[in-house]
Amino acid sequence: MKQLSLSLFSLGVLLTISATYACEDYSVKEVSSGIYYHQGVHEEPSESNMGAIANVGFIIGEQCVAVIDSGGSYLEGSYLRQAIKNTTDLPICYVINTHVHPDHIFGNAAFKDDKPTFIGHEKLPAAIAAREAYFAKTFKETLGKAYTGTEFISPTQTASINKPITIDLGNRELILTAYSTSHTDHDLTVFDSNTKTLWTGDLLFMGRIPVMDGSINGWIKTMTQMQTMDLNFLIPGHGEASSDKWQSGLQKQLDYFTLLRDEIRVIIEDLGTIDQASKEVGILEQNSWELFEHYHRRNVTASFVQLEWE
Amino acid sequence: MFNRTLALLIISLSFFNVSAYAATPSEPLWPTLKIAYFGDKEIREAANDLLVIEAPKRAEDAAIVPITVKSLVAQTADKYIKNIHIVVDNNPEPYSANFHLSPELGLIDISTRMRVDQYTFVRAIAEMNDGSLHMVSRFVKASGGCSAPAGKDAAAALARLGKMQIRMRKPTVGKPVQAQVIVSHPNYNGLQFDQKSRLYIDAHYVKNIAIAYNDKPLLSVDTGISVSEDPSIRFTFTPTEAGSLSANVTDSEGQNFTHSKEI
Repeated sequence: MKQLSLSLFSLGVLLTISATYACEDYSVKEVSSGIYYHQGVHEEPSESNMGAIANVGFIIGEQCVAVIDSGGSYLEGSYLRQAIKNTTDLPICYVINTHVHPDHIFGNAAFKDDKPTFIGHEKLPAAIAAREAYFAKTFKETLGKAYTGTEFISPTQTASINKPITIDLGNRELILTAYSTSHTDHDLTVFDSNTKTLWTGDLLFMGRIPVMDGSINGWIKTMTQMQTMDLNFLIPGHGEASSDKWQSGLQKQLDYFTLLRDEIRVIIEDLGTIDQASKEVGILEQNSWELFEHYHRRNVTASFVQLEWE
Repeated sequence: MFNRTLALLIISLSFFNVSAYAATPSEPLWPTLKIAYFGDKEIREAANDLLVIEAPKRAEDAAIVPITVKSLVAQTADKYIKNIHIVVDNNPEPYSANFHLSPELGLIDISTRMRVDQYTFVRAIAEMNDGSLHMVSRFVKASGGCSAPAGKDAAAALARLGKMQIRMRKPTVGKPVQAQVIVSHPNYNGLQFDQKSRLYIDAHYVKNIAIAYNDKPLLSVDTGISVSEDPSIRFTFTPTEAGSLSANVTDSEGQNFTHSKEI
């Protein structure tokens, strides 16, 4: 009976979206025992990739499942939920959002029926409120039918800076840590104590160019602290999860922002302009990152106006 | 020049347009805006012999889009640009800034930073001392992805409120020099949310930046909610003697911030 309803569900989804992206194509990979993720593609969000550009996934304990980032659209959220149901019968007790960006929170509504506790950084509700209207307007177009059903759901439980919270999935403790302004002003990481696995959210991008939507100085400081962490596995916000590749990925991201900061400081000192900086700064990095053209100049612009106040 | 009632009317018009057409307003707003802001006065379009407007083709960061306006004809006591009006058609409040300019500025070279959250024409309309109007415009595409016109770190912006900088290269008397005035201000546009009170924060923004040299006005800018957080004005002027460059900032709550620099 369960099988039947599942296939009916899949059929229903297929019919309604005439998808280029079918539910059975949505794969999750086990990183370490009981920890699964779907690796997002290094593309801009679109209807055909249903916004599935970030790493999203779940952790299974003995009593409960926690979702970590819910997907880039309601549609991705529903596929992720299906992948969970295919893996375990345990209830989904928590949906944790690492930060506000659409590719990490737009799937929240797909889990509403599970009545989970939504968890995020204490500044996440304000970040959602500030961007909700803009995101809704823009992403309805960008994501087309994949957007249908998307809702903005704010966390009801939050973590504060210097006050991590611990949740127990049944013999499995997750430590949720809130950061001071880095990638955004409300980044949250999830650490699984059993396997020493860290979900960084977008504090780490691998392969895809990082996007600075917080503080360049804050993020550089956070990256330096992350270098000393003792981990068995790390799941970045974008790119491949691994036990041994994240160290060089973190170093590369740190080098990128350090280079930007150094070069922008020189231009500011010489009373140069944002326009000049966005043409000159970091251009040698262009072959090192996917989607460089889309976000590099934005990083320079956003960093410039912050470094003016040093 | 800022008529609040009119501005509100325009805001509601543009919101209607936004909700009806999402991120791609298909009906150009300019004909309506033109009448709202300039009445039936004639505006000479594509005035490329007088003015140049520079803006990036794409709003890389929706919260910070640098916009520069330069004149090609030097100001003289007889014939000069009195005001430059900046209009960003598809912003919540399209009328974005009005630069009042002194005839002594020489060639005009002014820049500021705007919020641009959907693709739009950005216009500079020069109003000459004889009252004639001359316009240049640029089309700016919206940024993609997660770029939103929201501030990145509201707490940091508020903590710095009122802090000012005047930045410039070492000037030489009689030679044009570029200077920049920045004031730290969150420039709340009324769309930001306060998580503690669960209410939207009232618009609270810089309304005017007046810049003078030895107490003689060089330029004064009326600014609205389109201007980015931490408003920045960059301009060129020629110091004719040693003296003091001063900036006086007034915000919508009547707060005043001043700063000066001896040169």
